[in-house]
Amino acid sequence: MMSLLIAILLIGLMSAFFGGLLGYASVRFKVESDPLVDQIDELLPQTQCGQCGYPGCRPYAEAVSNGEEINKCAPGGDSTIKKIADLMGVEAPSLDENHEQDAGPKVAFIIEEDCIGCTKCIQACPVDAIIGAAKQMHTIISDECTGCDLCVAPCPVDCIEMRPIPQTTKNWQWDLNKIPVVEIDQVKS
Amino acid sequence: METILERIKKGRFWQFHGGIHPPEQKFLTTGKPIKKSAIPTELIIPIQQHIGVPGEILVNVGDNVLKGQPLTQPTMPMMVPVHAPTSGTVTNIAEHVVAHPSGLKELCVFIESDGLDTWREKHICPDYQSLTKHEIINKIANAGISGMGGAGFPTHIKVDTKANIEYLIINAVECEPYITADDLLIREHSVKVLEGINILKHLLSPDKILIGIEDNKPEAIDILTKITDSIDDIHVCVIPTKYPSGGEKQLIKILTGQEVPSGNLPSSLGIVMQNVATCFAIAEAVIDDVPLIKRVVTVTGQALTKPQNIWAFIGTPVYQLLNQFGFKPSAEKQRLIMGGPMMGFTLNDDRVPVIKSTNCLLAPTTKEITAEQKEVECIRCGQCAEVCPSQLLPQELQWSAKAKDHDQLHRLNLFDCIDCGACAFVCPSHIPLVHYYRVAKAEIRQKQLADIKAEKAKIRFEARKARLERDKKEREEKQRKASEARRAAMNSKSAEGENAKSAVAAALARVKAKKAQQQEPEEQQDKKSQVAAAIARAKAKKQGKQTESKEAVVTAEPSNAQSNNAESADDKKARIAAAVARAKAKKQGKPQEQASEATTEVSDKPAPAKSNSEAVDDKKARIAEAVAKAKAKKQGKSQVDASEIDVETSDKTTAAKAPAKANTEAADDKKARIAAAVAKAKAKKQGKSQEASEAVIESSNEPTVSEAPAKANAEAADDKKARIAAAVAKAKAKKQGKSQEASENAQQELILEVTADVANENSAPVDDKKARIAAAVAKAKAKRAQQSTEQSTDDVASEEQQDEQQKKARIAAAVAKAKAKKQLRNESQ
Repeated sequence: MMSLLIAILLIGLMSAFFGGLLGYASVRFKVESDPLVDQIDELLPQTQCGQCGYPGCRPYAEAVSNGEEINKCAPGGDSTIKKIADLMGVEAPSLDENHEQDAGPKVAFIIEEDCIGCTKCIQACPVDAIIGAAKQMHTIISDECTGCDLCVAPCPVDCIEMRPIPQTTKNWQWDLNKIPVVEIDQVKS
Repeated sequence: METILERIKKGRFWQFHGGIHPPEQKFLTTGKPIKKSAIPTELIIPIQQHIGVPGEILVNVGDNVLKGQPLTQPTMPMMVPVHAPTSGTVTNIAEHVVAHPSGLKELCVFIESDGLDTWREKHICPDYQSLTKHEIINKIANAGISGMGGAGFPTHIKVDTKANIEYLIINAVECEPYITADDLLIREHSVKVLEGINILKHLLSPDKILIGIEDNKPEAIDILTKITDSIDDIHVCVIPTKYPSGGEKQLIKILTGQEVPSGNLPSSLGIVMQNVATCFAIAEAVIDDVPLIKRVVTVTGQALTKPQNIWAFIGTPVYQLLNQFGFKPSAEKQRLIMGGPMMGFTLNDDRVPVIKSTNCLLAPTTKEITAEQKEVECIRCGQCAEVCPSQLLPQELQWSAKAKDHDQLHRLNLFDCIDCGACAFVCPSHIPLVHYYRVAKAEIRQKQLADIKAEKAKIRFEARKARLERDKKEREEKQRKASEARRAAMNSKSAEGENAKSAVAAALARVKAKKAQQQEPEEQQDKKSQVAAAIARAKAKKQGKQTESKEAVVTAEPSNAQSNNAESADDKKARIAAAVARAKAKKQGKPQEQASEATTEVSDKPAPAKSNSEAVDDKKARIAEAVAKAKAKKQGKSQVDASEIDVETSDKTTAAKAPAKANTEAADDKKARIAAAVAKAKAKKQGKSQEASEAVIESSNEPTVSEAPAKANAEAADDKKARIAAAVAKAKAKKQGKSQEASENAQQELILEVTADVANENSAPVDDKKARIAAAVAKAKAKRAQQSTEQSTDDVASEEQQDEQQKKARIAAAVAKAKAKKQLRNESQ
């Protein structure tokens, strides 16, 4: 009977001690922010398009870390999903069928003669890439535009269109063709 | 341990790792002199031929340019200008396929040569030593010189280094197969090359100048050693032939034994390297003031019957060059390679122009360079790693490149790869290794750009979020402060207790007072009087216009009578009346000019009567409005039948009804509204009925006149009426002004209708729906009136009436629209 009591007491004491230790550690080594969120945020394309249903990339990263589906980032496409899946240690699902993958990088373009200067697109732009003022023509800073589409819908006169970024010698990617060299007979000329 | 110089003197050089010995094929062109090019008919000059940014275009289409005239102007350090290679006319400035493996288009200046080759003014400067370094560098920059060995790095930046230069290395290695351009240049223009070297020496003051040259160019070596014999610090270093000894890092390794660390420039080691052709161009630019407009190009390959080196104008389309060498396409798909076979690229258009870094143009037969061989699996023989001059692991790189594992590629130092193609050359599996690396490099560069962009987007997004948050807070803060201030004010008053109450009481009192005024017209002589004044003014205007065509005496009497009555009422009335009187006086002055009798009288009398009646009451007004609308409709219809009597009678009837109703309605608000509806309905009915029965209408004429005075009294009742009346009066005035021009007969009608219109206007404020309806009605009226006039009868009088009605209708429509808008706005607020 005595030994039983001792055992209970001992276990109790130990559990109290370790509980205290863990409690202290959790306070002492508290992680300020969830590093997982940052890591996911790093992987997202930062278009801030909101197609995932969250107001920006970071909110979606937070949602993913809290168990949201990882296949809602349309601009990132399958490669982003794969990276997040690798990070989270889960199977990579295919892109949510509600979201279509982007055909390629695009930028918004304002057809300036149609613009009525309503500033609605300016308010919609998540990265402040549209300049203009009330009753003044607006225009897009195409270098800053993330191609998120968010300005297209609010335009009352449909003067914004998404245009693919033209290919130039600066952003061209090599295609695969090589120039082989073989020995020829020496022809005296 | 011997020093570097001792080793160089002994001809014992270092070795770089790997390297290959591809078939040289230089025999095709090495024995022939450099040909002088015919002046091409068309020149296409890409505005960017170097690494960096293109300059600003200085010429316009249609300009005549002289040889050597700059076409672009640099505005930034990394900009290099381009020059007109010959004299001629700028025919176009447009996108054109350029010398780039992609075959994409870039902006080019098109020049049609005039065949004269006229030089711009040249400032020859034989004594460059007297120039400052800065002046020389400016000359180099303005001559548009960029590295002519291949990369096209702006030369003026390369020579403007602050580092202490130990070695200036002149690259005459020319290790790539087929190319003999530098070889021939040295053989034919060694003095110029040496001058260029001396200028560089002057600029950089290096300890030693090393000229690296492969041992497969004995004639060039002879010439170089001969002319540099007397110069102490220039050493001609003859190095064994091996590809790619001409690579910058490889040549440094061979000559000095030093390795340029990954990601560093040779200047960090105190070394600057320049190509022989660049030295020649520098000498031309600094001494002869000749910009870089031509260069030696090896045009070779067995598809040409006479391969040879040529002084090609920059901007010469490739086909024009080839045609000078007996170009015979050997196959359907004759390949054209710009640059050497190892590092060049296939052209997909023979209109591509020669640029500053084009050293070779290769037109090989399929025998020389076979079509692509089928790539097979890597057998891990390791030959690629053995030949790699950068000591990389090509097969590892290849796998990572295929897997798009960019991190691994970075770890394997992909960016130290110089694209020399040695690994692909030796690969027994025919794997185009270099191409995989090029693709991977481009992808990584794109990815880096995308990352930078994403980072920027993130920052901008965060900044925007912060801004919105801040704005929101500011707004809230403002609101909070405002509400606090309000509360504080309230509290302080409550402390005083009675004060606050009294303020409230005062407000209440004011409100009550207003109500009282409205209810008890007698107390409110104030407002009435104001209203009356307005009315009077309006009336005055109207009458003024009306009476123009009438006898003065006739008009004067009624108006005077009215004014007298008004004055008797009260002070303010009196003032108003005075105004009225004045107005009337004016009117009367005008009427006498013209003369027409009986009608005038009639018209004058009803007008005041009506104006009074309108003033009676705003409910009446509403009703009247409805009536007016109805009238308008009726008249529209009736006038189609066009008979004066009908029109007049109908007008009168309506007018008569309106006052009648007005009186009854005066009793009560709600009744009034109902009555309005009723009135509208009645109006419609009557419109129809009147066409049928004229008799009834005539009988109704009398009541109008009689009721009018009655209304006038009623007006005094209430200030709202007054305001309305004022508006009515103004409107009337306008209408009448127009109407009187037309006819005396019409005047009566006009007045009636005007009242009606005015009534419309008044009623509009009552309710915005009505207003909208009224607007619609008004528009409709206007249309009808127009139609009716079109169908107008022979009777002049009726036509005139219709005209007037049209005008009225338009005015009414405009008024109604305006009212409707205002009300909408008010309501939305």
